[in-house]
Amino acid sequence: MLTALLVMTGIALLLGAGLGFASIKFKVEGDPLVDKIDAILPQTQCGQCGFPGCRPYANAIAGGEAEINQCPPGGEEGIRKLADLLGREFKPLSEEHGVEKPKSVAVIDEATCIGCTLCIQACPVDAIVGAAKQMHTIIAADCTGCELCLAPCPVDCIAMEPIAETVDTWKWRYPVFQIKQAA
Amino acid sequence: MLRKLFKFHGGVKPQTNKERSTTAPIAPVPLPDRLVIPLHQSVGGHPRPLVQPGDRVFKGQRIGAADGNLSSAVHASTSGIVRDVLPAVMPHTSGLTTLSVVIEPDGEDRWGELERINVRAATPDELRDYLRDAGVVGLGGAVFPSHLKLKPGKEGRLDTLVINGAECEPFITCDDMLMRERAADMLKGISAMRHMLQAREVLIGIEDNKPEALAAVQAAITASGEQGIEALSIPTRYPAGGAKQLIRVLTGIEVPHGRRSTDFGVQCFNVGTAYSIHDALEHGRPLLSRVVTVAGNVDTPRNYDVLIGTPMDHVVRLAGAHPDTDRYIMGGPMMGVRMPAFDVPVVKATNCILVGSPALFPPPPPEMPCIRCGECAKACPADLAPFEMYWFSRAKNFGKTQEYHLFDCIECGCCSFVCPSHIPLVDYFRFSKSEIWAREREKEAADTARERFEFKNLRQEREKQEKAEKLAAKAAATREKVAGEAAPPGATPTAAKPTGGDAKRALIEAAMEKARQQKAQIAPKNTDASTPGVQAEMAAIDARRAALEQPTEPPPPAGQA
Amino acid sequence: MINSPYIRKPASVQSVMLQVLLALVPGIVAYVWFFGAGILVQLAIASAAALAGEAAMLAIRGKPKALFLTDLSAIVTAWLIALTFPPIAPWWLTVTGTLLAVVIVKQLYGGLGQNPFNPAMAAFCLMIVAYPALMSQWPAAGQLDFKTQLDLIFGGARQVDAITGATPLDALRTALRSAASPESELHGLRASQLMDGPAFGALGGTGGEWVALGYLLGGLWLIQRRIITWHIPAAFCGALFVTAGLLWGLRPEGFASPLFHLASGGAMLGAFFILTDPVSGATTARGKLLFAAGAAVLTYVIRVFGAYPDGIAFATLLMNILVPIIDMKTQAPVFGHKKD
Repeated sequence: MLTALLVMTGIALLLGAGLGFASIKFKVEGDPLVDKIDAILPQTQCGQCGFPGCRPYANAIAGGEAEINQCPPGGEEGIRKLADLLGREFKPLSEEHGVEKPKSVAVIDEATCIGCTLCIQACPVDAIVGAAKQMHTIIAADCTGCELCLAPCPVDCIAMEPIAETVDTWKWRYPVFQIKQAA
Repeated sequence: MLRKLFKFHGGVKPQTNKERSTTAPIAPVPLPDRLVIPLHQSVGGHPRPLVQPGDRVFKGQRIGAADGNLSSAVHASTSGIVRDVLPAVMPHTSGLTTLSVVIEPDGEDRWGELERINVRAATPDELRDYLRDAGVVGLGGAVFPSHLKLKPGKEGRLDTLVINGAECEPFITCDDMLMRERAADMLKGISAMRHMLQAREVLIGIEDNKPEALAAVQAAITASGEQGIEALSIPTRYPAGGAKQLIRVLTGIEVPHGRRSTDFGVQCFNVGTAYSIHDALEHGRPLLSRVVTVAGNVDTPRNYDVLIGTPMDHVVRLAGAHPDTDRYIMGGPMMGVRMPAFDVPVVKATNCILVGSPALFPPPPPEMPCIRCGECAKACPADLAPFEMYWFSRAKNFGKTQEYHLFDCIECGCCSFVCPSHIPLVDYFRFSKSEIWAREREKEAADTARERFEFKNLRQEREKQEKAEKLAAKAAATREKVAGEAAPPGATPTAAKPTGGDAKRALIEAAMEKARQQKAQIAPKNTDASTPGVQAEMAAIDARRAALEQPTEPPPPAGQA
Repeated sequence: MINSPYIRKPASVQSVMLQVLLALVPGIVAYVWFFGAGILVQLAIASAAALAGEAAMLAIRGKPKALFLTDLSAIVTAWLIALTFPPIAPWWLTVTGTLLAVVIVKQLYGGLGQNPFNPAMAAFCLMIVAYPALMSQWPAAGQLDFKTQLDLIFGGARQVDAITGATPLDALRTALRSAASPESELHGLRASQLMDGPAFGALGGTGGEWVALGYLLGGLWLIQRRIITWHIPAAFCGALFVTAGLLWGLRPEGFASPLFHLASGGAMLGAFFILTDPVSGATTARGKLLFAAGAAVLTYVIRVFGAYPDGIAFATLLMNILVPIIDMKTQAPVFGHKKD
């Protein structure tokens, strides 16, 4: 009886020590779930989801305060990935938050721009350069296509242009089955 | 000649179909009505145009300057007038356009002044820059700028320089004919490369279905008297002409994906590239033309010396295409790419124009499910398991495809060739690869955006803080001043304390008033020189700004949504 | 839209399956010679049932019938069922087995190329569990004429025990177990003595050993035609030989010789035709060796220590379960990554 008790206590202590060690050794820093969600979000920072940027939206999803279908730039694929990650049911994109559009960049009509700097302040990723009373221009490579610069422009000189396909971005299509012809 | 050859795994033996195009010598091509020269013809950056519509150009004049070091120059293939610089359909399956220079030949074919270089006196760096500006790129099909490959590895010297004369693709005979007719010049090019790379020995690999080419090269080696160069007959087995496979066959070295072959003491060039290097270094002639095989559904398959930019149908007409021709393929039947039109230009990558018809290249029988027979794995020269990668590619499970080494796939087509279920395996792999690349690009863009967004937020936060600090400092200074003024007239210093809150409020109000005044001062200053129209616009802007600033003053309402 | 390569080797699933069927012919010829033409009837019954089942399932699943019925894969399954079932099994047993194989094990899992288990062997296992008596009646060579066989296949009445015996494998095991018990008249006899009867033939049972030789010939032809590789047959035969040899060497009086194990039952059929089914088998070279060796050991264990007449079917299914992990863990290093 005594030995049994001792053995059990010994095992309990050993396992407890092991668990304690593991919790220190393999401690997970931060909230990996938010990071994972944030990694799926397209980082457009457009705010269409109702949050001021992708990271806050990721926080809200992780906290259960937001649905996974509020991100139009991420589109259906993004929702699917979120559904996979979170083990939630797939939902079609919520219409009140917008529609999926082809990837675009903003282009400033340089002749019309009055140099008011409003768009520069609105750009979430500092992709517009220019100074007061000077013409502004967009760094196309850094533009996320969030459209946040459209509204503030007093002269409506900013337009969204879909990104044209080039040889460098051209993709091979998914191979098509040809079984039909034999049926 | 008792050198030990090595074997690579897999490979297939399709019908070679090379006999008919090797009966006649390489023929010239009459000047076409117009040349369309794409500026982007090699791996790397897009060269920028150096000419404008209306310019007169000479043969060999540079019309596109290399964009950075990973790029290669482009030249006018003949003399004439630049008619246009515009995006034109390029010889690529996508049918997309690329910036091209359209030249109307004047028929004189007049050379401009050639930049010469003293090969013996020039430093290796000068030679490399010279070759970049001469537009010399790999002519085996990959069109990698040659000057980048002519750098010896870390040790400053190379063990083996491999010259690729294997030409394993069916139908193609351009390298065969080049070796037969221009072996001596090609060998001079090889010598120059050997000198630049400080290579110990040179091995020229030629498939054993080309005995004439082998004999010609061996005769040229003997005639040159150079030591350490050997032309070797290797077994005919597709894809023995893949650079990695040829290096394996000749040296036994396997260069893994993503590593430089120079790290293993080997470098590999195509025979056509060697000839072009000779032409550039010896005669100062940039790469303006190349040998192109025209074969397939034509009366007389043959090799032609074609100016870069010549429309493909112009060349094919000489060989006499049959009326049921439905497509041109650039390259061979195993790896060639379908052309989007018949009049796309011949470019530096065009080793063969394969004329196709439904009879010659019938559509494959209907695709059946994979039965895991493993034929593809047996045929794969990269030792991959194509049927496993196929499952994952089909399911778009791209992570798994990479675990099965998708990027070691050289897209040689052996797996599709042998598949009894007629699955277009290579198509699946090409699809997966471009999807993965696209995702990587997207991820990179997202990472940049995230970083920039966070930085902007940080900056705004910092600015706010700095402003607050500045204000606090100012307030402290003013308070001291006020206190200094207030202290002499009898009041005790402590008397000020209880009214501290009032004083603070007064200070803040004063500061805000000041700021308001400043703002008001700035506004008129901006408008005094502007026209009424602009002023109206500015007024609109101010209104918008006011409207915009209003809601942002309290915590953003979006936060609660 | 067709992309490269534009040329293809004239190979098809149909031609692969056809060659497998052809390779079975020598074994079938020997079967008919020694055991009578009843097996041909069984082959026909199984083929018809397989095609009917496949056609029905393809229609339900909306798949092109012409394409999949002519691929001959159902016929291969049918023939393997006919050849592993007793030749005098009643027709409904063969039909049920074949339908199970084609409808449930193959089509319900997604059809050609998708089944994780070997359809013929899965059917064998299901039927032997459901009808152990009927599945264990094997006539001896030359015992039954064609008419009796037809009666047994199509007739209702069966005086089972009177006309049929067990397979040599079954018989030997029973005899050995009797020999172990002191009350039995066979007590003290050694395996070689027990196998002295005419039913055992020279190696693996009269007639049966010749059928096995036929399968061996057909299998070697398949290797020569590069339809199958040497890995699975070699590993299976090798492992079976070594396992049997080990125990036989230790206690020759208690175990049959390794040659007997190779020549009897479904060993040869299994080695060349059943385990080599690419869909449900391992695909890497090392994986094939492991897969077949594992199947051989399991076969031996089930044969010697189990209760069923042969162990091939259960061994195949058990190894089928392990195929994904075997394949995953035995991927060969790819080009350029070999020495690392």
